[in-house]
Amino acid sequence: MIFASTGRVTLKFLRSTGELALFMTKTLSHCVKPPFYFKSLLNQMIEIGFYSLPVVALTTLFSGMVIALQSYSGLSSFSSEGVVASVVELTITRELGPVLAALMVAGRVGARMAAEIGTMRVTEQIDALTTLSTNPYKYLIVPRVLAGIFMLPVLVLIGDIIGIFGGYLISIYKLDFNSANYLRNTWNFLRSIDIYSGMTKASVFGFIVTMLGCYNGYHSRGGAEGVGSATTNAVVASSILILVSNYWLTELFFAR
Amino acid sequence: MTEFKVEMTNVKKAFGPKKVLDRVDLSVKKGESLVIIGGSGTGKSVTIKCIQGLLVPDSGSIKVDGTEIVGMSERQLEQINQKTSMLFQGAALFDSLNIWENVAFGLVEGKKMKKSEAKEIAIEKLRQVGLTPDVANLYPDEVSGGMKKRIGLARAIATNPELIFFDEPTTGLDPIMSDVINNLIRDCVTNLGATAITITHDMSSVRKIADRVAMLYKGKIIWQGSVAEINSTDNPYIQQFVNGRAEGPIQMEIKS
Repeated sequence: MIFASTGRVTLKFLRSTGELALFMTKTLSHCVKPPFYFKSLLNQMIEIGFYSLPVVALTTLFSGMVIALQSYSGLSSFSSEGVVASVVELTITRELGPVLAALMVAGRVGARMAAEIGTMRVTEQIDALTTLSTNPYKYLIVPRVLAGIFMLPVLVLIGDIIGIFGGYLISIYKLDFNSANYLRNTWNFLRSIDIYSGMTKASVFGFIVTMLGCYNGYHSRGGAEGVGSATTNAVVASSILILVSNYWLTELFFAR
Repeated sequence: MTEFKVEMTNVKKAFGPKKVLDRVDLSVKKGESLVIIGGSGTGKSVTIKCIQGLLVPDSGSIKVDGTEIVGMSERQLEQINQKTSMLFQGAALFDSLNIWENVAFGLVEGKKMKKSEAKEIAIEKLRQVGLTPDVANLYPDEVSGGMKKRIGLARAIATNPELIFFDEPTTGLDPIMSDVINNLIRDCVTNLGATAITITHDMSSVRKIADRVAMLYKGKIIWQGSVAEINSTDNPYIQQFVNGRAEGPIQMEIKS
């Protein structure tokens, strides 16, 4: 009994890993082969980049605020309140900005993609694309994945600015910091690697979210329930992968 | 050139342990209307999906216009699919596009036609299936099921295909609308000179559109003949199916 079910789970895991790898290679190979659907790419970029702005802005704003508050209460006992600016700056640009933005986008965009493509799959719209001599990978998947890779870094850059601003607001109006000093501290601590590493992470996360959203939708079967579980899988799997890959990317960038 | 549009020899397809197609031999002449009949789950849909290249058979050969399509690359299949189209059971209209964009899809995306030109053809095709131009700007969720089928038909004939597949074209329609659709399908074959492969279990539809009938049972073609012969044959399977009797050699499998 136990052996049978362990075997089944292992086989299922191996099969979906293989399927996902195949799906990724197919998508990537279609990225470089014409025809290209620029209009769909633009639509997806607006969907991911523009319409995700409010959620990303709100999460990073409040994260910046709470980091300022917490680091102050920790650091003031060592009388090193001056470091608050750099703590906010580092946490937001290196870690929380990319991770939170990606998690929000996974919930918003990844789920949407899985549900949309999943519905198209179960209502045979994907087969219809093929019969109308349009490659579904090129028409549906490639624009979404590229939009994720391009737009998440932009979202994160905006999120970085808003997050640091959140920290600034709390430091000035609640913790009575000197505004000019705080800004100077932030600026002096800021290194370009902080921003670049965060944006690179964002690109990887954008790839993960859109790829898993599309993959789960594309392979969903069995009507409403299938689409439902595809959506759940897309969000859960991409959230976990974001957090895991974030650790390894950090190690790649900053561990010596 | 061969006189056959489609030739299937010894085609086998299994999903796990379940054999869906078990050595299917079937050929369709150019300009002929073939109807495949058979109960639910006998492999009718799988048969036409194999011809379209949406599913790859486990073994056997499928030739379209004398060209072997089993083992063909995706790109070559796209070339073949340029000449074919399909009316799906649930119409499978793209719900993100309005009706004329749906009808014109194969022209705009598949044949790279200009939008204004394609729109004129789309409206002409809509008129051919008995729809007025004022539906052109509606969306698929704003029209009835019968209209969706007609729009699906307009989309299928918009590219002037040489080979058209009809998947249960009359299922779920009222008798009058069924007859309208049947007439339209017959017109496609008679006036456009297309080859048609229809799968259905609606006998009035069979009598109206078929030149030749093939019956699929347990993954095999157990009978084929002209439409006149279905009434005179002494084949017990055909007799049972045509007359819709519960008693006879065909046993409905409750559990598949």
